[in-house]
Amino acid sequence: MMNTAAPLTSERPHWREPLVRALRAFLPPTSLLTEAEDLRPYECDGLSAYRRLPGLVALPENIEQAQRVLRLCAEFKVPVVARGAGTGLSGGALPHESGLLLSLSKLNRILEIDPLNRTATVQPGVRNLAISEAAAPHGLYYAPDPSSQIACSIGGNVAENAGGVHCLKYGLTVHNVLGIRFLTVDGELVTLGGKLLDAPGYDLLALLTGSEGMLGVIVEVTVKLLPKPERAQAVLAAYDDLEKAGAAVAAIIAAGIIPGGLEMMDNPAIRAAEDFVHAGYPVDAAAILLCELDGTNEEVSDALMQVRELLLASGATEVRTARDDAERLRFWAGRKNAFPAVGRLSPDYYCMDGTIPRKRLPEVLRRIAELSREYALPVANVFHAGDGNLHPLILYDANKPGELERTEELGGRILELCVEVGGTITGEHGVGMEKINQMCVQFRPAELEQFHAVKRVFDPDGLLNPGKAVPTLHRCAEFGRMHVHQGKLPFPELERF
Amino acid sequence: MPATDFSRELAGTVHAARAARTPLSIRGHGTKQFCAPAMEGAALDATAHHGIVAYEPTELVLTARAGTALADIEATLADHNQMLGFEPPHFGAGATLGGTLACGLSGPRRPYAGAARDFVLGMQIVNGKGEILRFGGQVMKNVAGYDVSRLMVGSHGTLGLILEASLKVLPKPPHETTLRFEMGADEAILKMNTWAGQPLPLSAACHSGDTLYVRLSGAETAVRAAHLKLGGDVYDKGDSFWRELREHARPFFQTDTPLWRLSVPSAMPMLPVSGKWMLDWGGAQRWLHTSQPAADIMHAAQQAGGHAQLFRDRHQIGSAYPLGSAIAQLHQRLRQAFDPDAILNRSARDNVVAGNAAAPLPGIAHGRRG
Repeated sequence: MMNTAAPLTSERPHWREPLVRALRAFLPPTSLLTEAEDLRPYECDGLSAYRRLPGLVALPENIEQAQRVLRLCAEFKVPVVARGAGTGLSGGALPHESGLLLSLSKLNRILEIDPLNRTATVQPGVRNLAISEAAAPHGLYYAPDPSSQIACSIGGNVAENAGGVHCLKYGLTVHNVLGIRFLTVDGELVTLGGKLLDAPGYDLLALLTGSEGMLGVIVEVTVKLLPKPERAQAVLAAYDDLEKAGAAVAAIIAAGIIPGGLEMMDNPAIRAAEDFVHAGYPVDAAAILLCELDGTNEEVSDALMQVRELLLASGATEVRTARDDAERLRFWAGRKNAFPAVGRLSPDYYCMDGTIPRKRLPEVLRRIAELSREYALPVANVFHAGDGNLHPLILYDANKPGELERTEELGGRILELCVEVGGTITGEHGVGMEKINQMCVQFRPAELEQFHAVKRVFDPDGLLNPGKAVPTLHRCAEFGRMHVHQGKLPFPELERF
Repeated sequence: MPATDFSRELAGTVHAARAARTPLSIRGHGTKQFCAPAMEGAALDATAHHGIVAYEPTELVLTARAGTALADIEATLADHNQMLGFEPPHFGAGATLGGTLACGLSGPRRPYAGAARDFVLGMQIVNGKGEILRFGGQVMKNVAGYDVSRLMVGSHGTLGLILEASLKVLPKPPHETTLRFEMGADEAILKMNTWAGQPLPLSAACHSGDTLYVRLSGAETAVRAAHLKLGGDVYDKGDSFWRELREHARPFFQTDTPLWRLSVPSAMPMLPVSGKWMLDWGGAQRWLHTSQPAADIMHAAQQAGGHAQLFRDRHQIGSAYPLGSAIAQLHQRLRQAFDPDAILNRSARDNVVAGNAAAPLPGIAHGRRG
């Protein structure tokens, strides 16, 4: 239904030649890749379990070239998948085999740092961390910090509404973007917002943020910069029981403290991280809490005292305050490297991204442990405890026949559990290709249909990132047939086949 | 206890209105009529659909029906030492959550804490087809599907009737102090923006007359340290100053001259338009009483990289802001995607569309993100 695009390669090869010829007319040779060996690096994003060779790759060097690429693709009805740094974890930049992959990586200039207005205007290929580095001489930084911040680019951050470990206090990407310029599917350049706090009319900026390349191609971003906190201090608390750690988080929030970061790790994650980076984590603990307080010197001193007391009162077996910044960064190194650390334990791991109401954490972890036993696949959990975003990491071996399929099924069950307790299937990684079936669990047909109506507003022919983010009702009906829970079929109103 | 959940009835009314092709004009308690264009059709009163549905202080999340009085929500939050972070104006007794979100209104804390849309986690709405739809949720992080709930904020009921919203709430700062400094507007713009780039517990900054008002919020020790650093005189009527500013109850607003709202980069020096100015939001939101021609004001705002809207005029209601043609077309098509027959809050702008689909659509009057 959404995908009316004509195939580029095998069945309709005559599309390919004229398109390549038209692209060659204005793209430098290094900006157009057509041969299989050149296309190979683009076959997947950070979710490497899904791979597909794109039909073509275009790497425009400026907005005008990107416009012309889009105009030609619209004319030839060729699907376009936009790609930033390719660090996404949901297959959002997975190529279309008979489409064009539009890499924005050559649009990588910082256009302006405006210290007095506290904004940075950058091209989409600029790395997340590079913005903070450029702002640092002015005592400013860009707050959202996904774990991949040294590599991920801001265009992708906006397209996915990326998060990080400081979201409870500083928000997601959507809270830190002031303006964008994007190209419509026809290549028209549209400016939304700017160095402003609002724009007239509908909040299209919010709609475009997190739209996963389905509505337009982002070619420029203006972000808000914040003053660097005067001081940051980290406290680590160990628990012999996950429930106590959960209660401690609630107690900190109830006391009116919003920590800059508040992270929880379970025992398998603690052991893996300690083994990898030697952060000094207590390896026998059932859970650790990592709480970072930032702000003015006085604020941090006050909150630190309060938090230490709350942690001790909540039954922590150990409470440790980082003695200096080096130790604070060591505390964080364990958490920030938790994914690769777990990755050392098994040939492959699969990272999930559900969000749950925080109070349901003990129950959710109990049920994940049960599912882990049922599927005979180990699971380690890291948790953005402040905002309820849970990252279960499933350990598996893709070379064992059937293990990837079992892993995906277990992952799907975990996401459905998140929806069941009032949460969501994705907190910050996006739906992409990966969670498309679980969208059928989270949304009803009328809601999915409303999403499709929004999509048609921007992209009537369904050329932008087809098949991602929002499933067709057709697909949900098929998925529903596979997942019959308690004898009840989801989508009873739909025809089955 | 009388029933307070009327979602089915409200959806049924919209459904029936669509079948009969008769428009509906959504109404709360009518406190913000000045900021919406004249609407056609029978009134759809949403106030009976009220009540706080869920509130978890330790999760920082509150869910309430659209007809719930803002004052009730604020009182409930205050019992737990919490508040709405965007400090919304009420503009009259009985202001509802639905009207506040539909207008996308935010108060003095906005530049430092966030706008109405920033605190919306999820919504239940009725679209123009009479379908009850749910987007977002009750959790802080949620990127499943397009962000329809934030799109609803400031859309003036033209995309759907808000039934219920879940909001992130914040702890009340333990201490607040307002400081006053005597200085002119251009010096104040420089100060407000310089300070906002330093790690200070700022929560509001406004220049009016010859005075700069700055509010500090946070731990008492932090507020005291910041006061020492900034200087200035403690203003003991700070609380009422910010409330009156938020509610447009300051003497500045009590005049018959048309009131304009300009949204510009916060550090932009004073604009060359004569009239009475008041700078809020650290310079990002500027109020102007003037009788200068609209075209001059809009031109000055555009030159400054921003936009201007006629906010209030006793002789006419609000003004439409001209949007660029690509954006105008997106507006028109989005309106159709949610409300194909323009049943909800139909106004003159829809007739423009009906008359000539290619004509640029005037923007929503005061369609503010907050």
